[in-house]
Amino acid sequence: MRASRTGRTMRIVLLLLLAAYALFPLLWMVSVSLMAPGEASRFPPPLLPAEPGLGAYRTLFATTGIGRYFLNSLIVATLGTLLSLAFNTAAGYAFAKLRFKGRDRLFKLLLAALVIPAQVTMLPLFLMLKELGLINSFAGVLVPLVTSIFGIFLVRQYALSIPDELLEAARVDGASEGRIFVQIVLPVLIPILITLALFSFLAAWNDFMWPLIVLTDQDLYTLPVALAALSREHVQDNEMMMAGSVLTILPVLILFLGLQRYYLQGLLAGSVKG
Amino acid sequence: MRSRSLAGWVFAGPALIMLGLFFFVPVLLAFALSLTNFDLYSLADFGNTRFVGFANYAELVRTPLFWNALGNTFYFVIAGVPLSIGLSLGAAMLLNGGIGRLAGTFRTALFAPVVTTLVAVAVIWRYLLHTRYGMINYGLEAIGLDPVDWLGDPRSAMPAIILFAVWKNFGYNMVILLAGLQTIPTDLYEAARIDGANGWQRFVHVTLPALGPMLLLVGVLTIAGYFQLFAEPYVMTQGGPTESTVSVLYFMYDQGFKWWNLGFASAVAFALFLIMIVFTLVQYRIARARGMV
Repeated sequence: MRASRTGRTMRIVLLLLLAAYALFPLLWMVSVSLMAPGEASRFPPPLLPAEPGLGAYRTLFATTGIGRYFLNSLIVATLGTLLSLAFNTAAGYAFAKLRFKGRDRLFKLLLAALVIPAQVTMLPLFLMLKELGLINSFAGVLVPLVTSIFGIFLVRQYALSIPDELLEAARVDGASEGRIFVQIVLPVLIPILITLALFSFLAAWNDFMWPLIVLTDQDLYTLPVALAALSREHVQDNEMMMAGSVLTILPVLILFLGLQRYYLQGLLAGSVKG
Repeated sequence: MRSRSLAGWVFAGPALIMLGLFFFVPVLLAFALSLTNFDLYSLADFGNTRFVGFANYAELVRTPLFWNALGNTFYFVIAGVPLSIGLSLGAAMLLNGGIGRLAGTFRTALFAPVVTTLVAVAVIWRYLLHTRYGMINYGLEAIGLDPVDWLGDPRSAMPAIILFAVWKNFGYNMVILLAGLQTIPTDLYEAARIDGANGWQRFVHVTLPALGPMLLLVGVLTIAGYFQLFAEPYVMTQGGPTESTVSVLYFMYDQGFKWWNLGFASAVAFALFLIMIVFTLVQYRIARARGMV
């Protein structure tokens, strides 16, 4: 019994070290963001602000237009989530429960296409959107975000568990396919729709390379694009840059903490079947 | 029956059209583009574009910076992936059993970096790694080591980026591997213990074989992810110092969207895609040869 108790203590000590590695950068970010200008550019670096204040946040909002970027990110992520829900839910349900010609072959093709990295499409997609006049617009940012093979897969796997008898009974009663979808299918799918919404929101909020390519007008920048540009300009303003990082990370971290169960469920659903 | 087939197309159609137009068509166009001399002049007038066969690929092979970028990317993948998966597995084993209710709290803490915004945490890490004011050099000094010019020295810039990437990513695979560990029956460990197997032997003969297929999946996904290195050097080093952190995608981005050599950049993208496919196939081959799948 003695040995297992030391084993348990060892485990906890090692986990505490790992947790320090994982959390220290995030906690220090918050701490530095509350420091006075220049306070963090000292050696040794201070752990806590001498007088915690929101000065860095005030400068950030007053001088960089971060409020605008925050709003842009919020618009892109919200629209991206809603569109992703609409497109992927309908398709996921169809691949699970509606029969149409070539369905299974098509689904296999989609799964095989998961190996293609999105970056391969970026150069031609840029030219296509240029022809369509969508460069430098939120629509351009959203185009690759609204459909996701993974999202379709996620919904399909969940929808497979809906009993066919339930749908057949509704059809016999004369319900239309649209009505079956709205009144029977959607309520059952709610847990996986929360997962899908969460994944879509995080993907849109955290997306960097594509918005960097597609947005040239500074007023349309999303937070990650703006933050990357600001960090090149304001190399010395550590407190302000940390405030910017807090503002960028906090919304997604809160969403994750609140909906963790749904997030992990989606993560595992994606990996078990692969 | 007929109406249900129609309904299938109506429900799946919009997503399939979007994927077709904005994913599958661009993939094909990317290959076509890589066979042209599409550049700044073509951007002004598509009529300036000519078919050049595989000239871009031939040019690519002769470009030293491409080989450099490929070497850097391999460095990142070959050092970063084992470190990342090793730490994920270690953390998952620590979380698996024996610590009760604390496990959930620790899991959340260790997973937190995964959901954060890459650009924002790269900004934090650039500061942590700062030569003069950085917390990491302060730590080194505290234990009697010399400070390192992390992001300013070509020898340490990539290791610093790897340290950051492992921090950002290990929680993801940890959750997957933890789920795998929880499916291994404890009887197996008991039986091994009775047979006199020590901790390491139990790990090699019980844990690893049971996790086999899952490790393969995690390996394939992680390698694919690590090959797509871009935002870390973009924010932390801008490819420097002396191009020691230029990755293949960084090179593609510069060629395509800074110099507007879209034909040449498409060849870069396709080369990376091919390399990733080869890596995936090799892993499946090895796994099959060892009877893992």
